[in-house]
Amino acid sequence: MLVEALLAVTFVAAFAVLLAPAKYAGRLAAVLSLVPLVGSLYAYTTFDGTGNALLGGTPAFETVVPWVDIGGYAIDWHVGLDGISLPLVVLTAVLTTVAVVAARGEIEERRSLFYALLLFTEASLIGVFSALDFFLWFVFWEFVLVPMYLLVAVYGGPRRRYAAIKFFVYTNVASLVLFVGFVMLVVATPVESFGLAAVAEAVRSGAVTGAFGLSASTLTGVAFLALFFGFAVKSAFVPFHTWLPDAYTEAPTPVTVVLAGVVTKMGTYSLLRFNVTMFPDLIRQWALPLALLAVLTVLYGSLAALAQRDAKRLVAYTSIPSMGFVLLGSVAATNYGLAGATFQMVSHGLLVSVLFLAVGYVEDATGTRMINKLSGLADRLPVVAAVLVAGAFGYMGLPLMSGFAGEFFVFTGSFAAPYPHAQLVTAVAMFGIVVVAGYLLRLLQGVLMGPFEAPTTVTPRSRRDLAPAVVLVLLSIALGVAPGMLMGAIQDAVGAFVAVLGGGL
Amino acid sequence: MALPALTPQYVLGLAALLVLVVDAFAPTSRKNGLFAGVTALAGVTSAGVAAWLFAGGAGRTTLFDGALAVDASTSFFTAVFGCVAALVAVASYDYVREEPHQSAYYALVLFATAGMSIMAAANSLVTAFLALELVSLPAYALVAFLKRDAGSVEAGLKYFVVGALSSAILVYGISLVYAATGVFGFEALAAAVQGNAHVTVLGAGVVMLIGGFAFKTASIPFHFWAPEAYEGAPAPISAFLSSASKAAGFVLAFRVFLLAFPLAAFEALGIPWTLVFAVLAIVTMTLGNVAAATQTNVKRMLAYSSIGHAGYALIGLAAITTTTSSDVAVIGASFAHLFVYGFMNTGAFLVVALAERWGVGRTFEDYAGLGRSAPVASAALAVLLFSLAGLPVGGGFWTKYALFLGAVQSGLWWLAAVGIVNSALSLFYYSRLVKTVWVDAPDETGVARERPTGIYAAVVVAAVVTVALLVAPDVVFSWADAAARALVSA
Repeated sequence: MLVEALLAVTFVAAFAVLLAPAKYAGRLAAVLSLVPLVGSLYAYTTFDGTGNALLGGTPAFETVVPWVDIGGYAIDWHVGLDGISLPLVVLTAVLTTVAVVAARGEIEERRSLFYALLLFTEASLIGVFSALDFFLWFVFWEFVLVPMYLLVAVYGGPRRRYAAIKFFVYTNVASLVLFVGFVMLVVATPVESFGLAAVAEAVRSGAVTGAFGLSASTLTGVAFLALFFGFAVKSAFVPFHTWLPDAYTEAPTPVTVVLAGVVTKMGTYSLLRFNVTMFPDLIRQWALPLALLAVLTVLYGSLAALAQRDAKRLVAYTSIPSMGFVLLGSVAATNYGLAGATFQMVSHGLLVSVLFLAVGYVEDATGTRMINKLSGLADRLPVVAAVLVAGAFGYMGLPLMSGFAGEFFVFTGSFAAPYPHAQLVTAVAMFGIVVVAGYLLRLLQGVLMGPFEAPTTVTPRSRRDLAPAVVLVLLSIALGVAPGMLMGAIQDAVGAFVAVLGGGL
Repeated sequence: MALPALTPQYVLGLAALLVLVVDAFAPTSRKNGLFAGVTALAGVTSAGVAAWLFAGGAGRTTLFDGALAVDASTSFFTAVFGCVAALVAVASYDYVREEPHQSAYYALVLFATAGMSIMAAANSLVTAFLALELVSLPAYALVAFLKRDAGSVEAGLKYFVVGALSSAILVYGISLVYAATGVFGFEALAAAVQGNAHVTVLGAGVVMLIGGFAFKTASIPFHFWAPEAYEGAPAPISAFLSSASKAAGFVLAFRVFLLAFPLAAFEALGIPWTLVFAVLAIVTMTLGNVAAATQTNVKRMLAYSSIGHAGYALIGLAAITTTTSSDVAVIGASFAHLFVYGFMNTGAFLVVALAERWGVGRTFEDYAGLGRSAPVASAALAVLLFSLAGLPVGGGFWTKYALFLGAVQSGLWWLAAVGIVNSALSLFYYSRLVKTVWVDAPDETGVARERPTGIYAAVVVAAVVTVALLVAPDVVFSWADAAARALVSA
């Protein structure tokens, strides 16, 4: 019942904040967002799930209640957490609280609505990560879309409408394609339920039959591609990434934190849950092209970041290579590859939020975020500088921070991957880290180093406002020092994958 | 003591007479609240009694020598009509407060609702036609109710002309069917069409009947009255016609084609009428959605979207086969869609009623910034529109999914594919209105808006029910399935 409690509390909190007067909405939201945070930490400490929820494991906090029966298919309210979803639920709760706190002073009008939408998004994200029935998962998946759209469209920067519409159209087309693809697959498979575990079992065992004028193997391939397309858009793999820089840049910082920190993880998480779990044969067969797509995402994303002059847009582009690493680890289908991909999702969520928060403070204090207009802020804004440096180095893979651990696991797993030329592909992808280091150092150098010139006025915000970013840096260090905090549960869930998919390490 | 099977219909008819009698005895005093209350109460009561009769397990009852037959589909649709009529009555409390002849307004709404619920019980072509006219004649008058408003009068006139024409076609179709078979009753017809010798006459009659139903359901080719009538009519009446009257047309079409014209017999005669409905479904949903996407006037956009939804509901007729289980599934899905649509669409039109009351204008731009000055109504509008589009924020998601799945299970996956493409297109124009309301800035800021209690209550109820049907769709689906089964295996 813990998942239900988390969902209920968060949805109720969203409505409470919506009805609260604008003056108190921020404080109320901050207090209320602590409830799901504490709840998710409680879930973390009392977690007793074993194995993978879709591969015969026992998820923690599981409930199954029949919901509706349409056309002979049972659709259930089925939620539960395993080692893959638990870290993401905690991440969601942490980053939402961070976003709510960071919004103080940034959002000036229509505040009640803003905080309500943030909390509504949080609840929906928790739903996405805990749902174990396709329809339940899809309902929450779509629930995320509308508040995110409004948060960008109403509260964003000058080009917010364009960015919001682009985000809305891209992700909606993606949702539609993956929905149709999955339902086609289920209709062609002799299962009588939309439970993810049941469908995964049936598809893996080759029970798919021909339908819609397609042979069984073509239909499986179409469904695989439809799902992959849906998740690729959501996680912004190149070439489906073009919505991302616009949305991240135009959204206000707190929204960007949620968007970059968690919303893109919906895509990579679902990639693990659907494509990797349900189609092990296809993953093995198409590992090389998918890995090449990952390499393309890494290299293109980092080179594009190198060309940015707007600090926020630069940070937005840094997300793309990170998602490429997650994809690389996922298609490797080895123990460390999959576990590393999951770990990297959490790590990236923390670190990219640090960078966005730091850039947001710089913009607040100076009124600009163009790198060539900024210079020598290190001694004017020492704490911001420290946070920015910590975030950037964590991102580059400084040992003892979570970024290092995540990328190390991904590369270890990817080197051992069974597809041809895996070592070469991995080595090329690793080159991406060099470019990442390049543009992040350029960002640090441009903004923090050198003589202090323009802009002439720097109005630092209260240091209290930096607290969320500092907390995230500390969390990243904690995960870097002791990755076992999450890796135990993750590897337990991923072990089942490897048993099914083959592959080692 | 068991209630008579027609209790809901009696309640509606007597309430209409009550309104007229009260007005005759006290013509001068203001009774808007009383009439609205009576109408809403009658609607809710008839819906409640229908649900109670269904829950009591009443089977099929034939009355008046087989002229009417009450079954699960009757109670299901009576509930739809009663709920929509209640919402419309509550909203009308504010809308017609300043208008003369309120007693006529509410009485006509009640008579039309009674007619609809009789359509849902029709068991002979004669009662079907009479019930249909009992709906149409009040509807013409209601569309033209704002008689000092040129738009309203023009809309009423157009509606009447097209309506009279289509009634004539329908009657002519009935006469041809009678010429071929010599009977009116549905059971007798089902027997008489088996191996009928007058295939041409019968076929022409059936095509004309389809034309008559197309008018009532605002489907192609008799759809063109709908945008004009809905635009000019008082907004609550637009809601009433586009939700309840459309559903009434559908239930009658389902009854006629399932009970009187069994598909197996017609396929043997070489008239596979499902094919006609498949073509109509595709053309109707595509044309409705494409036209809706090009509108600049909110009410017209909703009117064309309601044509699109008629296309979705037609899938229920197009995907009928002779396999009971898949038929029940897809017809049930169509019924369930009409139920949810009753709330979604009524709610959306009532938001337009609200906007008309505020005098904000008719185009999309005029709605800019409503999210600031009227957040509750705008939030309800967003939920209703996204649910109409089929996003999982309301019951519309389940019913659309069930319809398309039903089409696939009947082997018509291409029909489902067209439906999916249309749904995607519809999201475009629905979200455009949501964007205007929530994102765009208003021309003048800080407008204090009055809050008409009745319309607000109706809008909020419609939105809440729509969301509740996302959470608990089984209530509607199990009833809709029973209703479908009552017709399929009658």
